[in-house]
Amino acid sequence: MTDILHRHPRLRLAGLLGPPMLWLGVAYLGALAALFITSLWTVNTFTGSIQREWNLDNFRDLLTLEVYRAITVRTLLIAVAVTVIDALLAFPIALFMAKVATRRWQKILVIAVLTPLWASYLVKAYAWRAMFSGTGPIAWMAEPLGLGTPGYGLAATVVTLAYLWLPYMILPLYAGLERLPNSLLEASSDLGAGGATTLRRVVLPILMPAVVAGSIFTFSLTLGDYIAVKIVGGGTQMLGNAVYDTFLTGNNMPFAAALSTIPVLIMLVYLSAARRSGALENL
Amino acid sequence: MNLSRRTRRVLGALTALVLGFVYLPLMLVVINSFNTSRTFGWPPDGFTTSWWSAAWRSEGARSALLTSVQVALLSTVVALVLGTMAALALHRFDFFGRDVVSLLIILPIALPGVVTGIALANAFTTMIGVKLGLLTVVVAHATFCIVTVFNNAIARLRRMGGNLEEASMDLGAGAFTTFRLITLPMLRSALLAGGLLAFALSFDEIIVTTFTAGAGVQTLPIWIFSNLFRPNQAPVVNVVAAALILLSVLPIWLAQRLAGSDEGVASSR
Amino acid sequence: MRTRNRMGRPIRALAAAAALALVVAGCGTESGDTTPSADDTADAGFTPPDLPMATELGDFEGQVSLLAWPGYVEDGSTDPTVDWVTPFEEATGCEVSVKTFGTSDEAIQLMKSGEYDVVSASGDASLRLIAAGDVEPVNTDLVPNYADIWPFLKDRAWNSVNGQMYGIPHGYGANLLMYNTEVVDPAPTSWGAVFDPDSPYAGKVTAYDSPIYIADAALYLMKTQPDLGIQDPYALDETQLAAAVELLKTQGTIIGEYWSDYTVQLSSFKSGDSVIGTSWQIIANLAQGEKTPVEVVLPEEGSTGWSDTWMVSSKTENRNCAYAWMDHIASPEANAAATEWFGEAPSSSAACEVASEGHCEAFNAGDEAFAEELYYWNTPIEQCLDGRTDVTCTTYADWQQAWTEIKG
Repeated sequence: MTDILHRHPRLRLAGLLGPPMLWLGVAYLGALAALFITSLWTVNTFTGSIQREWNLDNFRDLLTLEVYRAITVRTLLIAVAVTVIDALLAFPIALFMAKVATRRWQKILVIAVLTPLWASYLVKAYAWRAMFSGTGPIAWMAEPLGLGTPGYGLAATVVTLAYLWLPYMILPLYAGLERLPNSLLEASSDLGAGGATTLRRVVLPILMPAVVAGSIFTFSLTLGDYIAVKIVGGGTQMLGNAVYDTFLTGNNMPFAAALSTIPVLIMLVYLSAARRSGALENL
Repeated sequence: MNLSRRTRRVLGALTALVLGFVYLPLMLVVINSFNTSRTFGWPPDGFTTSWWSAAWRSEGARSALLTSVQVALLSTVVALVLGTMAALALHRFDFFGRDVVSLLIILPIALPGVVTGIALANAFTTMIGVKLGLLTVVVAHATFCIVTVFNNAIARLRRMGGNLEEASMDLGAGAFTTFRLITLPMLRSALLAGGLLAFALSFDEIIVTTFTAGAGVQTLPIWIFSNLFRPNQAPVVNVVAAALILLSVLPIWLAQRLAGSDEGVASSR
Repeated sequence: MRTRNRMGRPIRALAAAAALALVVAGCGTESGDTTPSADDTADAGFTPPDLPMATELGDFEGQVSLLAWPGYVEDGSTDPTVDWVTPFEEATGCEVSVKTFGTSDEAIQLMKSGEYDVVSASGDASLRLIAAGDVEPVNTDLVPNYADIWPFLKDRAWNSVNGQMYGIPHGYGANLLMYNTEVVDPAPTSWGAVFDPDSPYAGKVTAYDSPIYIADAALYLMKTQPDLGIQDPYALDETQLAAAVELLKTQGTIIGEYWSDYTVQLSSFKSGDSVIGTSWQIIANLAQGEKTPVEVVLPEEGSTGWSDTWMVSSKTENRNCAYAWMDHIASPEANAAATEWFGEAPSSSAACEVASEGHCEAFNAGDEAFAEELYYWNTPIEQCLDGRTDVTCTTYADWQQAWTEIKG
């Protein structure tokens, strides 16, 4: 057995690759494909049973109804805002962890960054609901300054989502910065570059793939979320809500499937762009 | 690194600020778990430990915790096996479609959870015709957990190169022996890190879980979701969350220690 | 250029793989068809599929799986003192498993899986379940406690078809107007308070987050704009729906948030983020228990409400345990305990004899006049529920679409 494997690398490859590919290539892709077939069918909206008549009505509705365009644009803007905020927040802490902190502190900080991942997502979202409340800590702190809480809505949604996904941005940035050789930075400063110039011309370009890797998480998680926005968004609707509501509230699986093509397309475009920057190696 | 003293100070201050942003809401959760009000009012009405004792007695919370650990362990094991296999295949061999495979592994986590959830639920119930249950959740979770193991494993494989393995093979060890004695030990800390991340990912997942869990399968997030709806239970949920935050330091610290000592061994070689 | 090529290949290959999977998937889905009669029944409106009804009961199967609103099935795991499942399990040996749902639509979706034996369905779900053949007629002779159910809950449009009961009533309640007594002055008497675009409480008004809330707007229009000719808030033709949507879009400008769960509304009334809006009695009770200054009122226009029914899946393999559960939940003790916990009127008159002091009074249980003032959640369908035949009415799917547009 071992002998055969040793002499036939192709067999070894097949043996190694077979199970994961069966799982992902056949089962997962198959499920996705079935979903998109469904988007070409319609539903009897009274009984909720699916009627297998091929048509493009769902996609026509999707393109002609103003409200779905508005929701898509809003979701994209939220995703971009969340990603930018996370990148800005993650950069200094990742840099500090990788290049300033002692080994001991490095460990402590990694723990500090990872711990929030274990606190339930739902509870964190509810905590932000309490934070943004008219009588919550934010209003309480802002009051002496003559300000108030922004209340539930777009702003609260962006902050909450940025908060929830922050660790997913810090970790790739930290890993990327750790790999960055100190000698490179020393060379830069030896050649007369100041801290800011070094950051801009040496660190950031090298770090870009890591940022993109992190943004894949923040982007996809934002596109797929419907719970946090329900908790802090007031009446704000995102793509996730539209898909979820059509599927569960509307019992309209075909239209939900059609709606799902929007975030899937966005992510596929995003992934191709990310690939070009070599970010997928940095996930 | 020779960042100026001022830059270091600024970075330190920013780090403290960001950590403040991260921990402020968590503090609120802990404080609210002692708040006499049932609805997270601020400032707190008064101090009570009755929620903690209520949570301790809550059978629902305990069995949900158990279910979650079960699901997370099983999907982590599946992810470890499949993720390692994929990493070995992609690292060792150059073959047609290699890029597709790596894209495919990333896909389940890169596509929005709501899409993965609906697609898998539809596949389970109408295509394969299996009843939704604990196992369907495990399958769904394992699907998006593979990537964390894969990434950690392949990064380590790239770093360690193939010399030791080649030497082992040249000395007459078979593929399995080499894997057991050489590859696996070198991968250990990477697999630990990937596995831990997979565990955490599965443990806290709610969106895909909502779609793929059968009747009576209550993972902790689902228990929390259905109990945050109930006025009598919301404070108990706060306690569970607070306890999880405190407990989570343990596995992370342990992993750090193990990974740390392992790295030490590797570099001394 | 090279990177470009590297890019194109995986995506193309992925597409090819997906196309292959499509073929596989197509074969797979084709075989899993639903009830063949489903389409005909929908066209025929009220003719449900001909399903057999149990005529006698046999031995208990040892387990039963329930699909229920949160709080309808409690086994002590939430609160050790709240438990009406354990006595049932001990008496019958039927082990209970439960899954809760958040909206009627979710319940319908889940019932289609055939995994649940019994469901607690509100009126906006029950007809759809009947028409799709997901639930079967119920032989009330086999449910002894059915005798104690209030007569005005029997043989109603949302739980029976042509005089045949499809379930056992559980309890009922009204969507009430709740307001903060310290902020809202004078006390409101009309739903107009939440529909006025110049409301002094703009930004602190709240509404129920479900397409069924369109009926609340329709009810208000029915009373205030008779020209529209609305007879039943669940039977709206296109013009009438458009008017309701218009009203709700205007309301959108003064809404602070839409709520769909208890705690959300409770906490926002407590914190003052919401001061007026549609609510349930139980939320008011809880808020008052926390010393939040709120009051509820049944506005002069009447109100929408819910009346829930336990129904048996047509695919059940545990029919005897299912009937036993329906009888148990209609028993005085269980019915009183369950409706008290949730905060609604019990369906059983005998429940009022064992319920806690004041429970039945608080929810106006058995008060037929109060019950008749309510427009219970119902499913809007093409055949107008108010009996009009000259127009087709908008369906629930239209409402769902409209609700997405209202929220924008």
